Amino acid sequence: MLLEILTQANGVSGNEKEVRDIIFKEVKQYADEIKIDKIGNLIVHKKGIKESKNKVLFAAHMDEVGLIVTDIDELGFVKFTTVGGIDKRVLVSKTVIIGKNKVPGVIGAKPIHLQKNNERDNTIPLENLYIDIGADNKSEAEQLIEIGDYIAFNTKYEEFGDGNIKAKALDDRVGCSILIDLIKDENIEYDFYAVFTVMEEVGLVGAGPAAYSINPDISVILEGTVCYEMPELDSHLVPTKLGHGPVISLVDRHSLYDYELREIAVNTAMKNNIPYQYRKTSSGGNDAGEIQVSRSGSKTLAISLATRYIHSTSSIINKDDYYNTVLLIKHLVPILCEGEKNDRF
Amino acid sequence: MIDSNLLKKIVTTYGPSSREEIIRNLIVNEIKEYVDEIKIDALGNLIAHKMGSGKKMMISSHMDQIGLMVIDIDEKGFIRFTNIGGINPNLILGYRVRFENGTIGVICSEKLEDNDKLKIEKLYIDIGTDGREDTMKAVKIGDICIFQNEFIETEKVIISPYLDDRIGCYILIETIKNITSNSYDLYFVFTVQEEVGIRGAKTAAFSIDPDIGLAIDVTSTFDTPKNEKLSVKLFNGAAIKAMDYSLIADKDIKNSLIELAEKTGIKYQIEVLEHGGTDAGAIHMSKSGVKTGAISVPCRYIHSQSEMVSKDDVKMCLELIKLYIK
Amino acid sequence: MDIREALMTLTNSYGVSGQEYNLHEMIINIFKDYVDSTEIDSLGNIIFFKKGTNDDGFKIMLAAHMDEIGLMVTKIEDNGFLRFAEVGGIDPRTVVGQEVLVHGSKVIPGVIGTKPPHMIEKEEQEKSLKLKDMIIDTGYSRENLIKYVHIGDFISIKRESMLLSNDRMAGKSMDDRVGVAVLYDLVKRLNSIKHYPDVYMVCTVQEEVTMSGARTSAYSINPDIGIAIDVGFGYTPELKKSETLILGKGPGITLGGNIDNTLRKQLIEVAKEYNIPYQHSIEPGPTGTDGSAIQITKEGIPTLVISVPLRYMHTSVELVDLKDIRFTSILLSNFIKNTKKINYSFVEENLCY
Repeated sequence: MLLEILTQANGVSGNEKEVRDIIFKEVKQYADEIKIDKIGNLIVHKKGIKESKNKVLFAAHMDEVGLIVTDIDELGFVKFTTVGGIDKRVLVSKTVIIGKNKVPGVIGAKPIHLQKNNERDNTIPLENLYIDIGADNKSEAEQLIEIGDYIAFNTKYEEFGDGNIKAKALDDRVGCSILIDLIKDENIEYDFYAVFTVMEEVGLVGAGPAAYSINPDISVILEGTVCYEMPELDSHLVPTKLGHGPVISLVDRHSLYDYELREIAVNTAMKNNIPYQYRKTSSGGNDAGEIQVSRSGSKTLAISLATRYIHSTSSIINKDDYYNTVLLIKHLVPILCEGEKNDRF
Repeated sequence: MIDSNLLKKIVTTYGPSSREEIIRNLIVNEIKEYVDEIKIDALGNLIAHKMGSGKKMMISSHMDQIGLMVIDIDEKGFIRFTNIGGINPNLILGYRVRFENGTIGVICSEKLEDNDKLKIEKLYIDIGTDGREDTMKAVKIGDICIFQNEFIETEKVIISPYLDDRIGCYILIETIKNITSNSYDLYFVFTVQEEVGIRGAKTAAFSIDPDIGLAIDVTSTFDTPKNEKLSVKLFNGAAIKAMDYSLIADKDIKNSLIELAEKTGIKYQIEVLEHGGTDAGAIHMSKSGVKTGAISVPCRYIHSQSEMVSKDDVKMCLELIKLYIK
Repeated sequence: MDIREALMTLTNSYGVSGQEYNLHEMIINIFKDYVDSTEIDSLGNIIFFKKGTNDDGFKIMLAAHMDEIGLMVTKIEDNGFLRFAEVGGIDPRTVVGQEVLVHGSKVIPGVIGTKPPHMIEKEEQEKSLKLKDMIIDTGYSRENLIKYVHIGDFISIKRESMLLSNDRMAGKSMDDRVGVAVLYDLVKRLNSIKHYPDVYMVCTVQEEVTMSGARTSAYSINPDIGIAIDVGFGYTPELKKSETLILGKGPGITLGGNIDNTLRKQLIEVAKEYNIPYQHSIEPGPTGTDGSAIQITKEGIPTLVISVPLRYMHTSVELVDLKDIRFTSILLSNFIKNTKKINYSFVEENLCY
């Protein structure tokens, strides 16, 4: 799957070039217009044989959460801080890849044998974590990396279990992958825009300018979203479920999604026997937050894949969810671009 | 089915760690006509040999019990004690106890401000005497008492103190009595001092030097309210041990027990315990090392006066062992 | 095969304490061309033998444990998530978000799941997670999973070792496959020299849980000298210099109650004579290595403990310097070459420091 190449590429927020280059290469020949804007968003316009009555934008973000080098100490250890929302507890005992030269390193921890009683009860503070690249001192380390280098998790893409995929950065390479599928699909008859945004994870930075330049009527955000299914949780506390179909957002910290678009999505899913589920938490947020308030506003719809262990080193999605999401979106394109929506808008 | 009279006799007979004579004599009487040789070693282990031409197998159950040892008798005749084996002070408050000579006492606590801070030092035994002299007629310093509670049998379960590990002794005795043919050279060992650090099994294994070791003991269940972390459950059959704190079971023994159970329809479950150990821990480390496994009887409320095992589980353990030693 | 390749092969294989049978074939293949005989004993220790020039049966036993810390399946939840217990000493904080392999009737990959940070209150992040609150997600439903996975199956932390700067390598199970790598480098050296003692090289089992492997193999070999090759805490800024060893500066030679002082001095003499870097490692109590078990076997065995410096012990990114492996094996081959029976008439001197 293209998703493998996309998730193996590193694109920590603010450093999306590697991912963008892959996408650019993939979609170039299918795009009628393609450009990279001033802050790094990749914008694609695909003309159809039918003109759309609404300007429809599909958006996915290219960036991923990660780390960045803040200092290199005298002993050659690399200090870092997080980029995007990361639970610092997942960083211990992991391997990482630093900077353009892809220098490998590890985040260690104090041996259990030398810990004091109860030391384990507390989280290791971020400022006490560091990366060991094997260098013996500062100057040796500086020959390989420099302050400001971005650091990505070192996780392999693998398919496993009942048709699942494990990888890093599934949030939101999975959205990118679906969007690429959409651009490549020659059966879509309508005009639409696609944007691959930058820096979503550090505050929805890229989406605003992209929406400003496209000025869409309707925007559909494709995401990887929170999924957490601990057995002891009451069902209302389980935000989404793996393998239960595309996730349709209701509300999050940034957006209240358009009621009518939501209804269209649900009806389309039901009509075509595509499973779907609602996102049952109001935490988190996505590019819709900026897109909906750009210029005179855009109606927004978010369709996501349930992504377990999101923002950690290894996240999981389900392949059926992927195909069902692609299917739902392809059914939605004509409706959103023209079709039934006339009666509704 | 279960021989309730025999089981009751075995479970209720006095024999705390280091004071196993009475129970040992009882077991000797039960098994002597079924085995080729009986030996009692320096620590007091009872080793019963049933000859066979094959590999040497040591099967052990411990016959000792946890108890309380008298360390002081005060002016008023109250008895202070220390623990023999793992004792939870919060649990035993209010229990009745019995000394070797039959003296009965009650475990009581000093008046405490905060009952959560109950320690064994705050507890005492009252045997209903009037002053030190009176008490000393019945009890001396160094005497060990055991929990005194009724042996109860219902349709499904047995409830009694000391099913740990007299139920194992019962299973061993029944196994010995029912041997029809054995290819292994069998050493049945009723060990001493398991509760205070697996001491008997260590010396017995050294002198027997077996090729294969198997321990029969009880294991905790995780099927009671708010205690569902691990998987062993009462009524779910014989527990075949994968790991506890003292042993990672030999793969081949574990697998052949599982295969045997699968093939013959014996109900079984796999046991993983994060704490606790059995005789198997000592056996596997003996001399040049011994391939060792364990079969456990699931037991609720271990080390309380109301240990509970399922009669059906006991039957499953017994069947499994009988087949395994063939 | 050079040291780098050997250590890579050793650490990219999986053998949790009690599951060392997984490693037998791989390790024997690496060693077989260099030894006179190979035996696997009842607990699964691999005992390699290399005959010396002696005629008095003088024996040295070298032990490096091949097991690694890991986990074990304790429960399979209705939705297919696995619950687990530790095998060996594991800091629960080091397994959060970790990828694992579940060794059922088929090897199943999984992830130790984490809560999305979006749903975590700020204070919650300050509290560390406990093993009992974690699950392994194998991506299978319970129905499909129980075809392959059972309670009691071993689980290992999944990690491919990686080569870092300065000939350093990081990965899981460096503790104590690095010791096995020392044995490998040593046996190659022994093949090119004449050595007086018979040498038994034992890859021991279950050091991380009960040390039963060292204990039982020492019992059957009954050597004149026992040497445990294990790992020592490598210096990193959060640790005390006095409690740790510097990476790349040679093995730590342990001094303390487990150690025979005459032999230790002899070893240091050899290091000085051949200009091999070494460090002191002070451990007055039990060393927590196979050495503690070997020393008290039968009537007692004079024992040495040599440690390869290793950072981040008992995590999945244990880090070693390949130079230290070479220093250790060079030191040992020179020590072994000329060591003969020791005259123990001066017991006092031997026991007092």
